[in-house]
Formats: sequence, C-alpha cells, structure tokens
Amino acid sequence: MTGVMARRPEPDRLVYWQAVDSGRLLLMAAAAMLVTASFASAAVILTSTTVYWDAALAFGGLIAFGELLRLALPGGREAAPIAMVGALSYALLLLPVHGEPHSRPHGQVVLPPELVIAVCAVGMMVGALPHIAAGRPAGVTGMCGRLVAVAGVAFIFRLVVYGFVHTRSWELQAGVMAVLIFFGWLVDTVVAALIRADDVGARFAVALVDEIRLQWQLGLAVGASVIITVFSVDAIGLPILIAFVGPLLVTQVAFRRYAGIRATYLQTVRSLARVTEVAGYVEAGHSRRVSRLAVAMGRGLGMAEPELLALEYAALMHDIGQLSLRDPIPGGATVLVSPADQERIAELGADVIRQAGVLDEVADLVRCQAWPARGHDPAPPLGSRIIRAANAFDDMVGSSTDRDRSIAAIDRMRLDPVRYDVDVVTVLSEVASRRVASRL
Amino acid sequence: MTSGQLGISRQLAGTPRAGRITPAAWAYIGVVVLAAAVLVARTPVLGRTHAAGSNPWTDLVVLQALFLVCDSASAPLTFRQTRWSPSWAATLAAAVLLGPAAAAFVGAMSLLSLRREPQLGERLFNGAMHALSGLAAGSAYLAINRSVGFPHYQHFGRTLLAFAVAAVVHVAANHGMIWVINRLNGASAPPRADGSESSLALLLSSDLGYASLGLVIASLWMIMDWFAAVIVLVPLFVARWAMAQFVEEQRAYTATMNALCQAVETKDYYTRGHGDRVSRGSVMIASKIGMNAARTEAIRFAGMLHDVGKLGVPTQVLQKTGPLTEDEFAAIQLHPMRGLEIVREIGFLFEALNGIMHHHERIDGRGYPMGLAGHEIPEFARVIAVADAFDSMTSTRSYREAKSIDLAVAELRRGAGSQFDPVLVEAFIAAVAQQGWELPGPTGAPADLAMVTVQDHDDPTAPLQVVLP
Repeated sequence: MTGVMARRPEPDRLVYWQAVDSGRLLLMAAAAMLVTASFASAAVILTSTTVYWDAALAFGGLIAFGELLRLALPGGREAAPIAMVGALSYALLLLPVHGEPHSRPHGQVVLPPELVIAVCAVGMMVGALPHIAAGRPAGVTGMCGRLVAVAGVAFIFRLVVYGFVHTRSWELQAGVMAVLIFFGWLVDTVVAALIRADDVGARFAVALVDEIRLQWQLGLAVGASVIITVFSVDAIGLPILIAFVGPLLVTQVAFRRYAGIRATYLQTVRSLARVTEVAGYVEAGHSRRVSRLAVAMGRGLGMAEPELLALEYAALMHDIGQLSLRDPIPGGATVLVSPADQERIAELGADVIRQAGVLDEVADLVRCQAWPARGHDPAPPLGSRIIRAANAFDDMVGSSTDRDRSIAAIDRMRLDPVRYDVDVVTVLSEVASRRVASRL
Repeated sequence: MTSGQLGISRQLAGTPRAGRITPAAWAYIGVVVLAAAVLVARTPVLGRTHAAGSNPWTDLVVLQALFLVCDSASAPLTFRQTRWSPSWAATLAAAVLLGPAAAAFVGAMSLLSLRREPQLGERLFNGAMHALSGLAAGSAYLAINRSVGFPHYQHFGRTLLAFAVAAVVHVAANHGMIWVINRLNGASAPPRADGSESSLALLLSSDLGYASLGLVIASLWMIMDWFAAVIVLVPLFVARWAMAQFVEEQRAYTATMNALCQAVETKDYYTRGHGDRVSRGSVMIASKIGMNAARTEAIRFAGMLHDVGKLGVPTQVLQKTGPLTEDEFAAIQLHPMRGLEIVREIGFLFEALNGIMHHHERIDGRGYPMGLAGHEIPEFARVIAVADAFDSMTSTRSYREAKSIDLAVAELRRGAGSQFDPVLVEAFIAAVAQQGWELPGPTGAPADLAMVTVQDHDDPTAPLQVVLP
C-alpha cells in the first residue's frame, strides 16, 4: 500500500487533466463532443440557409456578459444566472421575430439546435477569458454543466416540439417552455450534485437535496426571466434586451450580497474562534482542524448542508468556554480534564454562543459535546458526538500526520464506546485514513 | 430613508423628534397634494390611442394592483438604512401603455399602501408625490414618443429614448420632493452622517435597474395582457427574498460578533462592555466627522474588537493591582499585534485592521507598537484612541476609581495634540454633549473573582478556576 502511494506523483506536480476526477472528466468530454459536433453540423446546415445573425450576436453577447458576472453562492458554488437566461432564451426563441428576419430576401430563417450550442459555447468561452486573465479559475465544470443542460433543452424544443407549438397560443407556448426550462434546470442541478458529491465525499441523494434547496429560488427567477425574454423579444425584437438587462443585474446584485455576507460571517467566526489559540488555551490550529474533521465526518454520516453549517460553527467555537477559565488547561486538551469540568466548560461556551440569540442550535451542539455517547439521558445530538470524537482525536494526534499515531488514537477511542459513538468513530477512522493518504 | 417613499418615522429615528411632521412640512404636503389634484384633473384620463382589444380600465386596475403588491414587498436594502421598492415600474408601465394621467393614478395608490407603518401625513405625501412623479414621467414619455400604447418595433429606438427620459424624470421628481420634505422636516435634526450618501448610489442604480422593467411589462402586455404583470413579479420576489435573507444574515452576523466580543471580555473583569462602549464612541466620532456608511460599519467592528489581542496577555498581568514590571508591560504592549493576528483573515476593510493595530499610537510619536506620529497614524486608529481613552478614564480600574465625565473631557482636551488628534477630540466632546455617554455599571469587589471547581483527583496541576460571569 505504502509502496503504491510512494510512486504517485506529488499533488502539485500533477498535470491538470490528471488532477481532474472521473465524473468531471466525463462531463467535460461530453460537453466537448457536443460542441465539436455542433460546430460541424452548424457549418453544414448554415451554408444552405439564412442565419439570424443578429440574434446569435445579441444572445451570444448576453451569455458572455453573464459568464463574466458569475455569482458565488454559499458553499463555494458558482452560478451564472444571466448567462443561463441568455442561453435558454436563445434556445427557446420564437421565429420569426418582429421586424427582423421575415423581411429578408433569401429563404426561411432557421435556428437549428446545433447553432444554439455553438453560440452558447462561444459566448461562454469569451465570458470566461477575463476570469482566466485575472487569474481566477475558469470554471470549466460549471460551464460544461450549463452547456449540457441548454443542449438538452435546445434539441427537444427545436427538433421535437417547435413545429407543434410555434403557431399555437402563447399560453401553450409558455407552458411548454416552462416544462422545458424546469427540465434544463434539473439537468444542471443533477450534474452539479454529482460533481459535488464526488468532490466533497457526500452522498448523492444528500448532495442533490442540498443543491435543490440552494438553487430553486435562483432557478425560479431564471425560468421566469427566460419566459419574459422570449415573449418580449417576440413582441418587440432584440432591442428589448437592453431594457431587461437592468432588472437581471439588480436581482443578481441582491443574491451576491446575500452570498457575500454569509461568507464574511463564516470567515469571522473562523477567525474569532482562534482567540482561544492566541490566548494560549488550545494548541495552534486546533479549532480549525477540529471543524474540518467534524464537517468531513458529518458529510460521511449523511448530514445535509444546513446541519453541516451549524456543525462547522459549533466545532469552530467548541472551546470558547475555556475563555472563562482563569488560566489555560495544561496543553489545552479538554480530553485530559475530568468529565465534570469538561461539561462545565461546554456549558460556559454554550452560554456565550446563546447570547448571540441566533445560534441556539450551535449552542446546543456545544453544550452537549461533553456528554457520553451512551447512557446519557437525553442522548447527545449527532453533531455533539461528532465534535467530541473530532476534538479527542485532535487532542491526541494534533497536526501530526503520522499514521500509527492516528491509528492508536482511534483504537483508544474504539475501546471507550460509552464516551465515543461507535458509528462516529468508524467514520472518523475513514476520514483520518483519507487525510493521511492525501498528505503522503 | 426609503426608496421613492417617505418614511418619516424611520427617517428621523433616534432624534427626539422622531415621527413628527413640522408645520412647514405639513404646508409643503398640502401644496404637493393640491398640485397633484389640479394637474391630474386637467389631464385626459386615458390617452390610449391604439385599438387594443382589452379594456383600458381593467389594465389600469391591474397596474394599480401591481404597484400595491410591489410596494408592500419593498425590502430593506441595507441593515437599518434604506428600503427598496420596485413599485414604480408599474407607474412607468402605465405611462407607456395608458398615458400620463393613468401613471398618476397608479402612483397615487401609494396612499393605500399595505405597509402598516406610514402615518396619514406620509401616506398623503407619498400618494401625491408618486402621482406627480408619474404625471411628469408620463408627460415626458408622451412628448418624446408622440403616442402612448404598445411599443412598436418599427420605432422602438424612439420609444427607448422616451422611456429613459421618463425614468430619469421620475427619479429626479421623486428624490427631489423627498429631499425637500426632509429638509423641511429635519432641519433641526443633526446631520445624518450614517452614510445615506453612499447608499444613494446603490439606491439610484437599483431604482433605474428596475425602472426598465416598466418597458418590459408594456411590451409583454401586447402578447400576454395582464399576465405580464404576474410573470414579472416572479424574479422581483426572488430578488426580494435574497435581500431579506441578506438583512437577516447581517443581523445574525452582528449578534454573533457581539456575543464573541463579550466572551473575549469575560476574562478581564474590569473591561466588561469596554469594546461595546468604545465601538459606540468611535461611531459617534465617525458620524460627527461625516464618514460614509461602509467605513462607519467597519469602525464599529474595529472599535468592538480593538482589544481582542488582550487575550494573549496572561490574566495575572491584566488584573494585577500593583505596578507592572518591564516584562509585564512589554506583554501588554504586544496586544495590538495579537489582535491583528486574530482578525487579519476577516474580510472586512483593511482600515479596520489598521485601526486595531495602531490604536495605542500617539500623535507625538511616543505610542506603540510602531511609534507613528501625526497623520501617519491611520484615521481609524486615531478615532479609536480617543474613544478608548475616554471609556477607560470613566471606568473603574483595579488600581483606581472611575473619573467623572467632566474630568475625563478635561483630560482629553489636555492630551489633544500630544496624545490625541485635536479635531477628533473636539468631535467626540461635541457628540457626547449632544447624545450623552453611557457609563459602565458599578463593578463589584475584585477580591474574590475566581471560583474553584471540582478537580480531577489524579491531575496534579492547579485547580481549574472559572471567572465569575
């Protein structure tokens, strides 16, 4: 085992493609094939028919603009709602548009799905260029997910249902579009959940529910905006897009502020949790290591994102009660003091957190962290059992990545099923072995 | 401050005259209402010229309903500061579809606002003001576009121009009238320096951003009729949801910060509430010298956290009653750097970090940790230094009793120019004279601070001691 590990190249020497996991690679390959095929096919189709270049330019521009203004969502996610509005509107465009193509002399104007995909791909690449130039990640995975979703919608709408709906009433058209937009959104969300489950080691079902919970409001706004765009372009023509960019931007600003304050919040708690380290109550890096470990364990035990956030806060602040101690415990290791004192420190910490008035759930997790996993009435919540195990592990192992030391610590915890939950310790040993492997 | 709305009670909250309307303002409200009534009466009600199948009166009612829904859905734009209301997209849609008088009728719905807080005077003013703004915007649109009704693709360029002018006229009329009544109503109130000017840019851009929705509604109306009003509500409500979440998170954030800061202070019995009071004092100075909202918010946090580095100083040193040895003093001098170490990774303003790091510098250059002098010292640090010293002097310490406010003011004046920035000292003294100063509560006997808890029988080290809460 160690021999195999030793022969692996070091992580920072990995070529980009080697560092990409299989799920991502599959998605990228699918998107690349789609784009190549679309370009080829579009080139063939377009030599024989008239292209509605104005729309291609306008929507391609909107997509590029939307990719430029990507939105960071809680949990390190990235969305591009304006690009999605542009791409889906282009896929669902009703032809002919007022005042535009039907006055052209040559033949019937077409909008084949291959053209939609080609325009989307170009728009996305153009929009991603400034990100690359600024040294930010290009966000290839997100773009591929969006492209696949849009391609699905474009093929179904343009090839299957367009002939049926394009002469019908607007109610029917809007209904069909709503169903297709929902389908596209679902594809995008499922892809995002798959990638995320792969990335962070979460269960797919949990990741999917998390994605849906986090994305449905934005999805709703995008869906309504697509229908508004398609029909207002149908009524007025492409210039109406100028009027609709403003409302889209304001909606995006609202989301950005929301995501921004959440990030600042977490960052602040992370920093302030370090006061116990600076004050010499605990070892340097303890609270952050415990929180990282606890979140990984919570994920392994199938906790959803809101619970994980509470767990992360609680793990970061689990030692805050020590601030009320006159002098630091030797080594800061709460695992070494008596159970009664451990409970007292936990109570003190929970009191501090409860003062905030908005983190009662977190306070409960901190309060119950010193309770034994078995035989205590009421039983401590899962989060508290996780924090207890993670804290004990870190008190014993610290920042060391020594494999034997970590195994010894876990074995010791296994021998004490009253204090440490058996399932939690099992997950801990998985997480710890992954941690050791990743450091090798 | 409200977006396109007058909210007197919120506007002047915190002043003794909160919620009152002065006689001058009442007279002004009368003039606005009268002007609105006369001008609207002189304009033909429905200027619709195209032959649309639907009933223009139904359209008017739907737009009025849209206005009311948007109005009641207005969300606070930032914590404690501004409200945001996209309602006048409905006014502008009426101006495009039905003409100036209809726009005025839609705007007048502000009178019936579903929000509870506006009083009668505000409702009258808001209704009349929105009616007048709608009338002005509608007239501008009609003058340039030369017709009302569904926008047409053949001369959409002209329509776009007319609409942009109408939106600007609406914003100007709206904010102009609000500005006048605020002047009339709040002339005696202290200048509001809590940063209305910095949020104004945000407010104006979001106003204009949503204004163009009016044109989109008018265009969609051609195909979807009244359903256009329904479908635009979807993204609007999602945006409102995000705004509300933002405000909620911000509130939670502030509360958590306060709780953590208090936790930090439990260690030093004498300085309980010190961070909070210094934070308030710093904000008082900041308002007095006219800092903008973002910086004021940053200095609030900086004031609260300025002593967080004291945690790195052993408790015995902090609570020592006798004179300090050189080593002990050196340990105390390190606390600004320790504080910086803790808060460095928080993504708030760089300035706040400077304030924390340099709050013990002196104008004459004899402070610590860097020995900066005069205006080399960052402004935040100079502000915090004044509030910090004042609160320290007016609080009881282990080695002395608290000074009176007058005595502390005299001390500040004495230190102005050598220890403190004279301008900031005067600003602080003026602010204290105006708004008062909350003294710390009485402190108990320091003799028996520690409580010994039960100790693990096989642990040989000293018993755990808990500082009494």
